Amino acid sequence: MTDTLTPVLSANWNQERSWTLKAYEAGGGYQALRTALTMEPDALISLVKDEGLRGRGGAGFPTGMKWSFIPQDNPKPKYLVVNADEAEPGTCKDIPLMMASPHTLVEGIIISCRAIRAEKAFVYIRGEVLHVIRRLRAAVREAYEAGHLGQNIHGSGQNLDLVIHAGAGAYICGEETALLDSLEGRRGQPRLRPPFPAVEGLYASPTVVNNVESIASVPSIISGGTGWFSSMGTDKSKGYTLFSLSGHVAKPGQYEAPLGITLRELLELGGGMREGSELKFWTPGGSSTPLLTAEHLDVPLDYESVGAVGSMLGTKAIQVFDQTTSVVRAVLRWTEFYKHESCGKCTPCREGTWWMTQTLTRMNAGQGQEGDIELLLDLCDNLLGRSFCALGDGATSPVMSAIKYFRDEFEACLTTPTAELFPPSKSTLFAKEVAR
Amino acid sequence: MSADVSASPAVADAQGEPPVELITLTIDDVSVSVPKGTLVIRATELLGVEVPRFCDHPLLKPVGACRQCMVEVPDAGNGRPMPKPQASCTLEAAPGMVVRTQVTSEMADKAQKGQLEFLLANHPLDCPTCDKGGECPLQNQSLSHGEAESRFVETKRLFPKPLNLSAQILLDRERCVLCQRCTRFSDEIAGDRFIGLLERGAKQQIGIAEGEPFGSYFSGNTIQICPVGALTSADYRFRSRPFDLVSSPSIAEHDSCGSAIRIDHRRGKVMRRLAGDDPQVNEEWISDKDRFAFYWPTQSDRLTTPLVRNNETGELEPTSWPAALAYAARGLAGAKNPAVLTGGRLTLEDAYAYSKFARIALGTNNIDFRTRTSAKEENEFLAAHVAGTPVDVTFAGLEKASTVVVVGLDVEDEAPVLFLRLRKAARKGVKIIVIASHETRGSHKMNAELITVEPGTEVEAIENLNLDAASVILAGERLATVAGGLSAVVAKAEESSVRFAWVPRRAGDRSALDAGCLSNVLPGGRPSTRAEARADVAAAWGVDSLPADAGLDTEGIIAAASSKQVDALVVGGVEIADLPDPVAARAALDAVGFLVSLEVRESEVTERADVVLPVAPPVEKAGTFVNWEGRHRGFDAVLGSPNVIPDLRVLAGIAEELGLPIGVRTVQQAAAEIAELGVWDGKRPAFRARKAGKVTAKAGTVALDTWRTMVDDGLGQRGADDYLATARDFVVKASAATLEAHGLSDGAQATVTGPAGSITATAEAVAMADGVVWLPQNSAGKRLNEVLGAATADRVRLTGGEA
Amino acid sequence: MSDELLTDKTVEELRELMARYPEPRSALLPMLHLVQSAQGRVTTEAINKCAELLEITPAEVSGVATFYTMYKRNPMGKHHVGVCTNTLCAVMGGDEIYETLCDRLGVGNDETTEDGMITLERVECNAACDFAPVMMVNWEFFDNQTPESAAEVTDKLRAGEKVVSTRGAEITSWREAERVIGGFEDGLADQGPSAGPASLVGLEIAEEQGWKAPAVPGAKAPVKETDGD
Ligand SMILES: Cc1cc2nc3c(=O)[nH]c(=O)nc-3n(C[C@H](O)[C@H](O)[C@H](O)COP(=O)(O)O)c2cc1C
Ligand code: SF4
Ligand code: FES
Repeated sequence: MTDTLTPVLSANWNQERSWTLKAYEAGGGYQALRTALTMEPDALISLVKDEGLRGRGGAGFPTGMKWSFIPQDNPKPKYLVVNADEAEPGTCKDIPLMMASPHTLVEGIIISCRAIRAEKAFVYIRGEVLHVIRRLRAAVREAYEAGHLGQNIHGSGQNLDLVIHAGAGAYICGEETALLDSLEGRRGQPRLRPPFPAVEGLYASPTVVNNVESIASVPSIISGGTGWFSSMGTDKSKGYTLFSLSGHVAKPGQYEAPLGITLRELLELGGGMREGSELKFWTPGGSSTPLLTAEHLDVPLDYESVGAVGSMLGTKAIQVFDQTTSVVRAVLRWTEFYKHESCGKCTPCREGTWWMTQTLTRMNAGQGQEGDIELLLDLCDNLLGRSFCALGDGATSPVMSAIKYFRDEFEACLTTPTAELFPPSKSTLFAKEVAR
Repeated sequence: MSADVSASPAVADAQGEPPVELITLTIDDVSVSVPKGTLVIRATELLGVEVPRFCDHPLLKPVGACRQCMVEVPDAGNGRPMPKPQASCTLEAAPGMVVRTQVTSEMADKAQKGQLEFLLANHPLDCPTCDKGGECPLQNQSLSHGEAESRFVETKRLFPKPLNLSAQILLDRERCVLCQRCTRFSDEIAGDRFIGLLERGAKQQIGIAEGEPFGSYFSGNTIQICPVGALTSADYRFRSRPFDLVSSPSIAEHDSCGSAIRIDHRRGKVMRRLAGDDPQVNEEWISDKDRFAFYWPTQSDRLTTPLVRNNETGELEPTSWPAALAYAARGLAGAKNPAVLTGGRLTLEDAYAYSKFARIALGTNNIDFRTRTSAKEENEFLAAHVAGTPVDVTFAGLEKASTVVVVGLDVEDEAPVLFLRLRKAARKGVKIIVIASHETRGSHKMNAELITVEPGTEVEAIENLNLDAASVILAGERLATVAGGLSAVVAKAEESSVRFAWVPRRAGDRSALDAGCLSNVLPGGRPSTRAEARADVAAAWGVDSLPADAGLDTEGIIAAASSKQVDALVVGGVEIADLPDPVAARAALDAVGFLVSLEVRESEVTERADVVLPVAPPVEKAGTFVNWEGRHRGFDAVLGSPNVIPDLRVLAGIAEELGLPIGVRTVQQAAAEIAELGVWDGKRPAFRARKAGKVTAKAGTVALDTWRTMVDDGLGQRGADDYLATARDFVVKASAATLEAHGLSDGAQATVTGPAGSITATAEAVAMADGVVWLPQNSAGKRLNEVLGAATADRVRLTGGEA
Repeated sequence: MSDELLTDKTVEELRELMARYPEPRSALLPMLHLVQSAQGRVTTEAINKCAELLEITPAEVSGVATFYTMYKRNPMGKHHVGVCTNTLCAVMGGDEIYETLCDRLGVGNDETTEDGMITLERVECNAACDFAPVMMVNWEFFDNQTPESAAEVTDKLRAGEKVVSTRGAEITSWREAERVIGGFEDGLADQGPSAGPASLVGLEIAEEQGWKAPAVPGAKAPVKETDGD
């Protein structure tokens, strides 16, 4: 039996000056790189594949398999692009990781590039996190100085240049093909697939796009060797991961645990809900994953089990809302987010989120009309699976799942503003009392 | 139900190519075979199923943006269904795939209706006042598929309207469905990324950068492919409704490409022109000149009645047709040495009439269509290698060449549709080599390899080319001014067994040549210099013999007229100011004993003529333009009244009065005769290669380079004011080093001085051969031949500041 | 307001950014950050300069400059204050914080105070939900804010007093921040903590409980070296 919590990525976050090369190396950092440099690239890919690492960016695609899609007979340069755009509402794990221990990511990048035979890598980090960008840039500089980056790394013959590239405020740039367009200096709008990035990605060259946490997990997998990583987690969802708990809970924060832990267990570790609170609804993996309720407290948080109850594990961003929260208000705000962040390329997402925002705004103000709920569901039907990329799909998740579980609250909008039923001040962190 | 449809046209298209691999799929229960790689939306077209679409355009890369073209795919070809509806415009057909369109699938139908509703939510629904009303895919879709009532009760997105993308193109943003056809066209086809998407999400819109308008020679195409009325033309806006218009196909008259166009007219007035769809020639694109410059025949200077000069008052006076024709015949009858100048705007049939008129009615070989600098070398080249030759190098063929060399021609300015085809070829990997003094926007957009030469020194560059047999050389008419230039092309072509084509500038140039409007050429490319060719034509024309004199070229005719050796002139469609030396030409016309002018509009020739005979512009007559490929581009009269007649009818009338009939009173008769005569199958005349001329640089001078930009002061563009306002800035281009050597820099005022005078304009530093300046030939009211008295390769002075 | 013209030094730095990428156009986002730092917003001059350097059209640069929310076409205040009003932060108090600041500063969304010190903006989820409600000053974290704490921060900023991020460095200015985001270090990486308290809750519980990831079995990396497939 593994322990309930298994800090690996977060293990050094409370160390003195953990972001520095010195501290990182003192804790055994860059040892995995030394090991990896003695291994053949294909062996690295096999190990990551066999250990069952699945992408931590939301879709859970097997990382080793993604690496193996890179056509090595293609004469073009290969690229690794790390997706550090972290902007899915609720998701807040990559940013603290890069702030506290940027070298974990840098080490992971070097090993991953060896695996896919890339000599140039980019970290595409959202622009709105100044201090994290500072720490990343400093870490890269230190890594160059220590010979972990650059030409002929530690005499291995491997070369690698790493560029920290800051975005400029666009959630859609987390979508991997939009990210590539953005990294090419364009508007971040998603690309047609095929061709997939593995075949024609950055500069139409073979490219791997991986999430920060996915790549940061690689050094430990190499150090752990066969059987270590896969000894954690469930049958199909292996390993440890960062669960981010936020909202009306007693102890919001990062909990690193094997996949398959339940929300009930997580809550118990952190002292449950905040005082006076009752769990009303929660997102298992960001706002694009359909809401769940208290009846799902015991669902194992792995890809398969969350899928089986009609949602998605996503980024494991668990946003918890209590009984003071109006679900209509929450859904309106999320829909406004999707409207704001829709790239504008495709009709259903651009117009659908715009339309739903207006309808929900009316409902939130207590000016709902007969048929509004059916209209919302039908608009979702015309958007879900019709949009060009998954952003549009994600926009339907809060609306459809909220209506599924809290239809009566939407019906109440025919007569009553949500603020009357759910005074917003009672939901705040600094609320004097939490009403029952 | 089951039937078989096979994509035979698509397959037959690829004649002589390796066989196309066919795959078979099922659409709406019908089995259909299509070439591998075909998009499902194209496959549905073969069945006649109209899957609605907005962003899809067969000549643009798929984007899948509008999501209107949804279909259901119950089997992706692997036995498994695709769970979501699919955009058929981005889905490649696969063997065994099963597709259901809205015809047989609820899912597809619902998905399509859903997108339509989304698109209409923010649409102003102003069809009654919209230019596109009546021909709008969105309107049609809504009528056939949309719901009667909108469920959208909220406020629509508003934009202040409209936005001027350029003087010519306006944008109503609230009508835009963001299909990106306009931006994709500008990017993929024209290479002019002056319009683009701005902002994001629901605020996303098409726009331009501050201070940089949509200055593309091809901007009008965006209006045509816009699936709604978001893009409109400043001069057509609100002027008519599609259902009030009559549409007639025609051929554009502004360059030698022979682009298919559609002319929309109402009550005898042209309201607008659109691109026709001709995959062989212009595909679905035309230049803005071909689209917007159609006002020239309806300017106030249009000639409506025959005029005869009253010898007492010296004034031109209206008269009847019979009187005018008789007067012309009388004047010509007495001439000892008459000559004919035809200009380059004639149809094949009209040109044929001039050619025949010169030989039979006037008994001379003094005829020339060239109103520019020419040379004996060119006469021989045209007779030996171009006149009456069959179509060989083609638009489509250029896409299959390995390398295309362009010399004596700026394709974007002088043959815009050819430019589009070359750019397409370049994007497919064809190497384009341009021999010119500098990199122009056009050559940049073709990603061309530039061989920088001082004007007049092209020969060496041609000689040094290293070409394989799949290469093509396109020699523009301007190469004629370079001694040895055409010879070098011929030599290179023989040496490397590559093909070449001659690209003239005007729509009627090749027609005139094939019809024999050149001293040494008779119709069908027969050399007038060979007795058997003359006998051949004489027999066909039923005359005893044809003149055997060498004949004069344009410059010879002008000189001879000045010295009164040529005593009568018939001039059709010539603008005096176009001639290399307009001053001399005016003097010649003043001096000549008798001057007959056939013209559409008043001109410097009609001013001086003894008799003026009004003729029809292309839109009012039928005829054929032979394009640079040698392809015959026939068209019918679009407008017309019995009082407006083509040149050939006038010439036939004069000839009859002279008692020397030419027998072609109608376009049909002329066309039939031309066809019957056929082309020369005898020995082609010899071509004697010329040596390169010597270029001598005089100290303190620079070489002049010039040509006409597309939007310029040409008479054919008069009246198209919005279009004319899109002209590129008038600048003096030179290399930075050249500017510096003359105490100038980028952006400074520079003065170029020639023998006749000087021109001052802003200097622009470009990558150019040193010691060269470039100015547009005929822009901003300044004709270089007149103002500077200089032409390409002449030496001029470059100085700072005002002259 | 008239803008300072781009200096030769800035143009040099723009070129330096271009040189970091296999294809220069990739530098466009960083370049636009840098010009904001140089000129306080994205000016037309800067758009044209970027277009010229990258050999693309100003329309293409404009398309990019207007797509991303961090690029500002209007002159900015000395400091940028972003209040997260995405769902979780909004519910946890972000809406009240935003309203408080609007009142106190006398501005609305994307507006700048009269003294030119602060531009206020509602921002989307900033990846700090476990610290909700969150405020960003020049893109530095101000965690677990209340209307009062937020007002205090903005008061100090306007008074020119020293303000330190709860999880970052001492506040400089929006323009200096944009320079770092664009690609140039400012030497402040070593300020601030490794992590905020919420980032450490799981780790602390694990340490209390003595929970760990399984030990690495035996020797390092018992993997055959060449068994690729
Ligand atoms: C709208 C949208 C936003 C996304 N945002 C992110 C993100 O911020 N970070 C991330 O790693 N993946 C994000 N993704 C997922 C990426 O497209 C991609 O699947 C992921 O980066 C792959 O990395 P992984 O295999 O390591 O998970 C997003 C996807 C969509 C559709
Ligand atoms: S769903 Fe469509 S509009 Fe939305 S982000 Fe994706 S492509 Fe853009
Ligand atoms: S036509 Fe297929 S998505 Fe627009």
